[in-house]
Amino acid sequence: MKIKQFKQLKAGLLAVSIALSGTLLTTPDNEALASGTLRIGNMGEPASLDPHFISGTWESGIVGNMFLGLTTEAADGTIIPGAAESWTVSDDGLVYKFMLRDHTWSDGKPVTAQDFKMALERILKPETAAGYASLLYTIKGAEEYNTGKAGPEALAVKAIDDSTLEITLSGPAPYFIAQLAHYTAYPVPSHKIEELGKNWAKDSNMVSNGAFTLSEWTPNAQIRLKRNPQFYDAANVSLDELVYYPQEDRSAVLKRVRAGEIDIQTDFASSDLKWLEKNMPDYVRIAPYLGVYYYPLNLDDDVLKDLRVRRALAMTIDRKILTEKVLRTGEVAAYSFVPPGTGDYGSSPEVSWKGMTQAERVAEAQKLMKQAGFDKSNAPTIRLSYNTSENHKKVAIAVAAMWKKALGVKTELFNTEVKVHYDNLKTRDFQAARAGWIADYNDPQNFLNLMESRNTSQNYANFNDNTFNDLMRKAELEADPVKRNDYMRQAEVIALNELPNIPIYHYVSKNLVSPKVDGWVDNASDIHRARYLSIK
Amino acid sequence: MFSYILKRLLTAVPTLLIIITIAFFMMRIAPGGPFDQERQLPPEIEANILKAYDLDKPVYEQYFIYLGKLLQFDFGPSYKFRDFSVTELILSGLPASFQIGGLAILLATFIGIGLGTLAALYQNQKTDYAIMGVAMTGIAVPNFVAAPILSLVFGVYLAWLPVAGWGDGAARNLVLPVISLALPQIAYIARLTRGSMIEVLHSNYIRTARAKGIRERLVVIRHAIKGALLPVVSYLGPAVAAVTTGSVVIESIYDIPGVGRYFVNAALNRDYPLVMGVVIFYATLILIMNLIVDVVYSFLDPKLRVSG
Amino acid sequence: MSNIMNVNDKLATFNDNFSDSADLTEVVGRSLWQDARIRLMRNKAAVVSMIILSIITLMAIFAPWLSSHPFDEVYWDFIQVPPNVAEGFWFGTDENGRDLFVRTLYGARVSLMVGLVATTVSLVIGVVYGAVAGYMGGRIDNIMMRFVDILYSLPFMFFVIILMVIFGRNIYLIFVALGAVEWLTMARIVRGQTLAVKKKEFVEAAHASGVSTTKIIFRHIIPNILGPVIVYMTLTIPQVILTESFLSFLGLGVQEPLTSWGVLISEGAKVMESAPWMLAFPATFLAITLFCFNFIGDGLRDALDPKDR
Repeated sequence: MKIKQFKQLKAGLLAVSIALSGTLLTTPDNEALASGTLRIGNMGEPASLDPHFISGTWESGIVGNMFLGLTTEAADGTIIPGAAESWTVSDDGLVYKFMLRDHTWSDGKPVTAQDFKMALERILKPETAAGYASLLYTIKGAEEYNTGKAGPEALAVKAIDDSTLEITLSGPAPYFIAQLAHYTAYPVPSHKIEELGKNWAKDSNMVSNGAFTLSEWTPNAQIRLKRNPQFYDAANVSLDELVYYPQEDRSAVLKRVRAGEIDIQTDFASSDLKWLEKNMPDYVRIAPYLGVYYYPLNLDDDVLKDLRVRRALAMTIDRKILTEKVLRTGEVAAYSFVPPGTGDYGSSPEVSWKGMTQAERVAEAQKLMKQAGFDKSNAPTIRLSYNTSENHKKVAIAVAAMWKKALGVKTELFNTEVKVHYDNLKTRDFQAARAGWIADYNDPQNFLNLMESRNTSQNYANFNDNTFNDLMRKAELEADPVKRNDYMRQAEVIALNELPNIPIYHYVSKNLVSPKVDGWVDNASDIHRARYLSIK
Repeated sequence: MFSYILKRLLTAVPTLLIIITIAFFMMRIAPGGPFDQERQLPPEIEANILKAYDLDKPVYEQYFIYLGKLLQFDFGPSYKFRDFSVTELILSGLPASFQIGGLAILLATFIGIGLGTLAALYQNQKTDYAIMGVAMTGIAVPNFVAAPILSLVFGVYLAWLPVAGWGDGAARNLVLPVISLALPQIAYIARLTRGSMIEVLHSNYIRTARAKGIRERLVVIRHAIKGALLPVVSYLGPAVAAVTTGSVVIESIYDIPGVGRYFVNAALNRDYPLVMGVVIFYATLILIMNLIVDVVYSFLDPKLRVSG
Repeated sequence: MSNIMNVNDKLATFNDNFSDSADLTEVVGRSLWQDARIRLMRNKAAVVSMIILSIITLMAIFAPWLSSHPFDEVYWDFIQVPPNVAEGFWFGTDENGRDLFVRTLYGARVSLMVGLVATTVSLVIGVVYGAVAGYMGGRIDNIMMRFVDILYSLPFMFFVIILMVIFGRNIYLIFVALGAVEWLTMARIVRGQTLAVKKKEFVEAAHASGVSTTKIIFRHIIPNILGPVIVYMTLTIPQVILTESFLSFLGLGVQEPLTSWGVLISEGAKVMESAPWMLAFPATFLAITLFCFNFIGDGLRDALDPKDR
């Protein structure tokens, strides 16, 4: 009898649990997304939507759809006129005069030259504490103002009238026009900032001058942009709405793409490529990307200050195996620091030993190590630091194996979380380390600058070569693009001989784009403004 | 009773102060700062930022500045999410966390107690082994494995439910996260219930009830469950606090805008004010839940009734 | 995070379950342990679990001799291949072309070590702390337990993460850090038990005959509360192993080329469709181990529970 009664109890429990799940399942679905809506897996929650407070590519993707700089990007990432219809440059390449397009903010107020001037003053103001302000140091007086050495009047930006803006540079910088498409140079609606303070960049408060405006921002859930009818080229914008999901977990986002919940995923794991090429090849978009993955070597270190050791380490990294077998997503083996196809640089200089086979390189490297006083039995131990990431881990393990096999070098793999890693790099508490650089603007100077000794925060290796520094200085002051490139090429040759940074590979951008999306053009800047996209 | 509660609430204040102090200084001992990143800041700019957040001052001074602001319920700005204050971030995450956590704990309590009771009644029989085996699996499979499998099967292969996403809290979007969150809880509660139920069923007062000829079902429902619930209740207190404050794994796999991810991410980002915010929030919740547990306990078990 | 965090409290209730066992301990004396052992040996699940655990432990210890592949050797031509008996990759290889079989066994070393060392740390701190608090009683007890309460209210995960960050990725410190967090529940259980034991005649007799407090605690109190402590230990070990795997999921696990089940499983979970073997093998090992510890724990509890006798 006992058993029977408890069968009933058991049945009752089952019924309760089914009923519970039943109510959950029958509640109505959330409204289906309209057809003019593009859903994007953004791979990160933006730290801010205020263009003056951001620094990541995932933020730039969103903000770049809301604001229009003096110049902007075409569908293929090339620089085209934006808020400025046209401009003139003085003969010495220092004074730029911009004629603004007649257009308005999304609240109907006209965009004026004063807006641009006030935006530049805001980002450079020391109290604003904008992390990326130094990008604008090309403008005369910007550095002095930003570092508190001068007042705002030092900044050489003049609003001549409502539609004419004059900017004077501290030196001829041919990349200045490209820099203006960067988010640090976007105009911000000063009338709204005065009214709302830091809340201006939230939800429907946000007023912008680009193709889309913000309609909702729920942290960690979604960011919705809607079409801006005030946009000057609104007639040619096809999409009604953009929804960004900030989810970081790449495999989770991939599942959403597969289930049709997301149309574009802006990054995927290389371990998924094989599966993707087999099962959804029409989604995969891989393109060269202006970025370099490199290992800085600490030149203050007793072992690594020896050029022969540095060169041996650089030569024994088999980049072919690394890119083809370990990474497997089309990354380009790097024998130069500046990625191929950067600006009008032409082909970059390459390391002198590029022509050798890997076996020859290993033999040469072993010779170098011997000269430096090491052989396989008494090879040094080198600590290789990297920040937490599947990719960095894979590369580090592979490089350690290569060093061990070719030179007998024992590698201590040292993984820390990102904050500790970059703190260690900054304080030069490392031997070899992982670092990477993605171009802010399409110019070799943006890469080579990482090895200038005055770049105290990013010259991790502590490279201090006077000839290199002089050449970079000369390039900065040179208005003639051919001569300027020539100086930089000479500088790069020095860097590749001295190897403060071992170039390993050049990045590729990895996107998954639904075949329903039209207008996507793969490009080296990996910038794909939604104003050019549409849904079939 | 009332004065007991009041007393407990009053002692919570020094407790919180100690927790704040421990967390504050622990956070500062950790290497790496909030503004170390791949795009390193030039020193002048970092100086600007440190100044803006009072981080250029000595740590003890920062501590008192922080306490002073806390007195005005100002938890400060988030360093990472510069447009939001800590209060705004936590408040915006609470609804999702409470919704998912609440449902999960509800589900886990009912199913867990039910399964545990069944297992106890069939102690060392097949039903018992089957239930406990399933429960053990719930514990032995880490949720960062279980959650992707669930979303793969039900979201991608079967396409019954969304793979991930919040969808403003639509029921469809809740199912998988709630289940993933509830699975290990079901297992724990079932085990706890089974253990204490076995004990209670062997105790004298149940034997007496049986001897009096009370029907077995009534014995279990009226008498045994009440006694067996004590350990479950004391487990549920902190469990409710933990589950409703979310889980970084569940939230990142299902893209839930809850507060759970801040517990981990804020610490990794060295977002000091946000870390302090979630620590205070969590500690307060735990203190409240423990108080509730003790009060409920005294109702369930007259022996322990607190003297007022 | 949640399932790890609140398990601290999972066994806070042990005091209730064991309050009676302590009463009997000193009466039955030595025969209790013999009795318990016999009862444990009669429990099939527990015995089988102990055998399986011993096998896994032995395999972990002798891992280098069980495979022809070193655990950190990279095979460029066998990157992420499924199980391949001909080449000796019984469990397949990982994304760097390393043999998964030998790595799973090396992972067992770390995971079991984490479990044992962290549990021992928590045991030492928890038992001493709890016994002192319980035996001293009064204000000292009050202050000591207040401190435990405070630590309880700190978010556990935050605590561990900060400890990991402060100590860096030193594997021994991971053990200690986990143990340093796990001792709270142990201290509570021990204190409860101590309160029960301390009223017994033999303790009072020792006290009356002038035996020092330290001696009483270590000679008389602690040996008499070991039952629940051992049971709780068998449940702490799996808990610590799971916590380590969660830390690995966050990328805070052990340093390469060393590995743990947590690291292997979190790597495998990311490629569960394209390389299911990378998840299946380590996950199975983990699950079996956790099952074993739990069966042993249940068996011990039954064996030590005087009521069922």
